[in-house]
Amino acid sequence: MITVRVQTEAFDLAAETRALSDGRTDIGAIASFVGLVRGGEIEAMTLEHYPAMTTKALEAIAGEARRRWPLLGGTVIHRHGRLLPGDPIVLVAIAATHRGDAFDACAFIMDYLKTGAPFWKKEETGGESRWVEAKTEDDTARDRWN
Amino acid sequence: MKISLLYFAWVRERIGLDGETRDLAAATVGEALAALSALGDGYAAAFAEPHRLRFALDQDFVDADAALREGAELAIFPPVTGG
Repeated sequence: MITVRVQTEAFDLAAETRALSDGRTDIGAIASFVGLVRGGEIEAMTLEHYPAMTTKALEAIAGEARRRWPLLGGTVIHRHGRLLPGDPIVLVAIAATHRGDAFDACAFIMDYLKTGAPFWKKEETGGESRWVEAKTEDDTARDRWN
Repeated sequence: MKISLLYFAWVRERIGLDGETRDLAAATVGEALAALSALGDGYAAAFAEPHRLRFALDQDFVDADAALREGAELAIFPPVTGG
């Protein structure tokens, strides 16, 4: 019921939310989040992942969200490969009867994804590249759900 | 025992391989790290700071004390930074 996709291609939020609600009248709320590559000093970013584990990890996170909230559908998309500033990286769209559940499940999935899905970012700046360090704030954000 | 090893991000770069199969005298993930560290400078550099490493055994996150089994897939990588 929550579809997970891991892909190199870009995605379209409008198309994804439309697909969730198409032909249905029971959905009262769709909350969505799109993460983008932040520019500034960064010229490009490459996302590496662990193909055999990535979908499994994302599906486990989506499954946990479904256990915690009464959801009517959802889509999680995470890109990998080389991306440029402004490019979308990740999409979470969650459908529910009411907004509270949709907002909470969307935030929960993002907080868990940041610390529990096997992706690694490498940033390119001034011809050099470096691996992004994990942030303790991400652990804190995840732990607020416990 | 025979273990399929996978390395990601800077662990992969320091070792210079994205994966390999090895016969290791190790019963746990932590013992596998110790055995691998003895194989060369790249491994030692990759595993020098154990607190910066994370592990997955057969595609599930585990701690360093997790038990290995014959033919397991052990992935070693830095804390994840997706999203």
